[in-house]
Amino acid sequence: MKVITPPRRWAPLRLHEVWEFRDLFRRFVARDLTLRYRQTALGVIWVVLQPLLGAGILSFVFGQIAHLPSDGVPYFSFAYVGMLAWNTLAATITKISTSLIGNQQLISKIFFPRLVLPLSTLGSTMVDFAVAFAMLIVILFAQGVHVGWTILTFPIWLVLLVLLGSGIGLGAASLMVSYRDIGYVLPVLLQIGLYASPVAYSVAAVPSAVRWVVNVNPLTGLLEGFRSAFLGRAVPSAGAIGWSAACSVFAFFVGALVFANRERRFADVI
Amino acid sequence: MSSNDVAVSLRNVGKSYAIRQSSEQHITLAEQMLSRVRHPRRSSQKKTFWALQEVDADIERGKVTALVGRNGAGKSTLLKVLSRITAPTTGRIEVDGRIGSLLEVGTGFHPELTGRENIYLNGSILGMSRAEVSRQFDAIVAFAGVEAFLETPVKRYSSGMYVRLAFAVASHLDTEILIVDEVLAVGDQDFQRQCLGKLGALATDGRTVVLVSHNMGVVKQIADRAILLRDGRVASCGSVEDAIAGYAHQEATGEGLETFTDKDRWDLQLGREVELISGRMGGSPAGFFAAMQDITFDLNVRANQAVAGVRVSLTLSASSGEPVGTSFSEQFDAPAIGEATTLSVRIPNLTLAPGRYHMAVATGTGDARTGHRDYDVITRSLPFEVAPNEGANGAFENWQGHWGRLRLDRLIVEPKVANACLAV
Repeated sequence: MKVITPPRRWAPLRLHEVWEFRDLFRRFVARDLTLRYRQTALGVIWVVLQPLLGAGILSFVFGQIAHLPSDGVPYFSFAYVGMLAWNTLAATITKISTSLIGNQQLISKIFFPRLVLPLSTLGSTMVDFAVAFAMLIVILFAQGVHVGWTILTFPIWLVLLVLLGSGIGLGAASLMVSYRDIGYVLPVLLQIGLYASPVAYSVAAVPSAVRWVVNVNPLTGLLEGFRSAFLGRAVPSAGAIGWSAACSVFAFFVGALVFANRERRFADVI
Repeated sequence: MSSNDVAVSLRNVGKSYAIRQSSEQHITLAEQMLSRVRHPRRSSQKKTFWALQEVDADIERGKVTALVGRNGAGKSTLLKVLSRITAPTTGRIEVDGRIGSLLEVGTGFHPELTGRENIYLNGSILGMSRAEVSRQFDAIVAFAGVEAFLETPVKRYSSGMYVRLAFAVASHLDTEILIVDEVLAVGDQDFQRQCLGKLGALATDGRTVVLVSHNMGVVKQIADRAILLRDGRVASCGSVEDAIAGYAHQEATGEGLETFTDKDRWDLQLGREVELISGRMGGSPAGFFAAMQDITFDLNVRANQAVAGVRVSLTLSASSGEPVGTSFSEQFDAPAIGEATTLSVRIPNLTLAPGRYHMAVATGTGDARTGHRDYDVITRSLPFEVAPNEGANGAFENWQGHWGRLRLDRLIVEPKVANACLAV
């Protein structure tokens, strides 16, 4: 017996419903992957080309022209690891935030746990990560970077990164249902975020006067974490890890809470 | 009735929407904030609109229940609340069994995906597991008749194939309760018959079906029970006959009197020598005509200037806006200046198909032959409905939209005597 009542003020996030609709979740992931490169000439090659081009431009600008230090690691590898993490975060935020308004028809005409839509975008984001990750191993090998046991820690950084991105994405998605403004603001913020975080430059290159900006940024700890995993650099301090982890978990809960509270009104306002 | 026979029970269900006052529209966030600053005390410029109010109803298990009512009566909102697309504002709904809904044909179909991919995708969207879709796959394909096009992207399907496939997937949902909005209005006649048959078969299977239809013929044909909604409230709940009679009567609210305003006028520059004041549809109840009955209405006109004579003309249109026909009356003497008079108008020998119509009426002088001049023209007014006629066996005749707007007189077919010898 199912009971339908008006929404309560603070609704919990109904993850068990997503589990009931796991077939739908799988279908959405399959749909995203099938559709993405249909009617494109180069197809899957784009998955590899995108991070390579991004890292190429950054290492040219920051490494070749600005001659920033990269802590003794070949600049391309250094920038590529940064771009790998940054692209994953940006893709998570962008895809989740647009997942609701991109499926207006479905939301206003069919019932299913709304959470399935944003969460299913993580599928294709993770596939992209896996491809870029494989590429990274090739690059590290080619540039003679020694990879140690620390590579085993990368899932920790990845999970925290995805939590942070999902939180921001879920909050933005719920607000975008009523205010399309978010869709214009978000890309600008992401652009700023790319340069405000040590993606293409190392923390050491930041003048000590503005070092606090980098220290407050929760991404710093995560990016440093990724570099320690792949480039054998020192593991970030416990304080930095704690701060990044706390921010990620907090962002996820706030985003999820905003989503859960507005979920049942999506069909009325979208 | 024991609670065991109830599949869905609704108690005091209401749904309200906040609607913005039309005079104060703030489209962008900036405008909204500006108005907040200007009128800090006016916290809300929104009005509450109740789409559903105090709805109490029980939907019986294993029966086909029809939801009827005029546009805006709350039928679709009720379906959305039942299928959990939107949340109710008040009340409580108890549902015993899994609900599947088909509110619009083809939602969730992706044009780039092939027929096969879309069957699986749409099945999951509607709540089927992968195993269920696989089990029903052949039946779905057979029902839709798209065997040859399974690997073709559906964007290359004809609209008929598209609709057939979409309905096929939805109707093979293995849920105890199926909710269907007016989706049968699409597709050709054969397909509609196929769909109605399928819905009936589901009910005999013990499944509960809730459907919305404006077609009283369909309702009478397949529904066991009916709920009539009026302005978001339940007007009658139970027998199909009561609901249909109530629906017919509802058309008569306001007894058909319509006072014309400048908004209804086609051209404000016209002289209005003889002005149209108001109209009142005939029929019983007002605005509701039986099949083959002459359409009648009254017109209240006032003469503002002395004219030699006046005639009335009208153009009849179907609810879709497509014109059905035009006619002019003979010229007659205009009333004295400043005086109002009521004219009784009858359209003779008109056998309209069942459906909703409205018309444009005009006063003027002259006709199409002599060249004419209009005094006053009122458009999109005097709506009325022609009921489907009751067949010999008591079943409503099911008139198809594409059969046209006129019910032609009985055909005359006889052997052609003069050429009889050629046939031998």
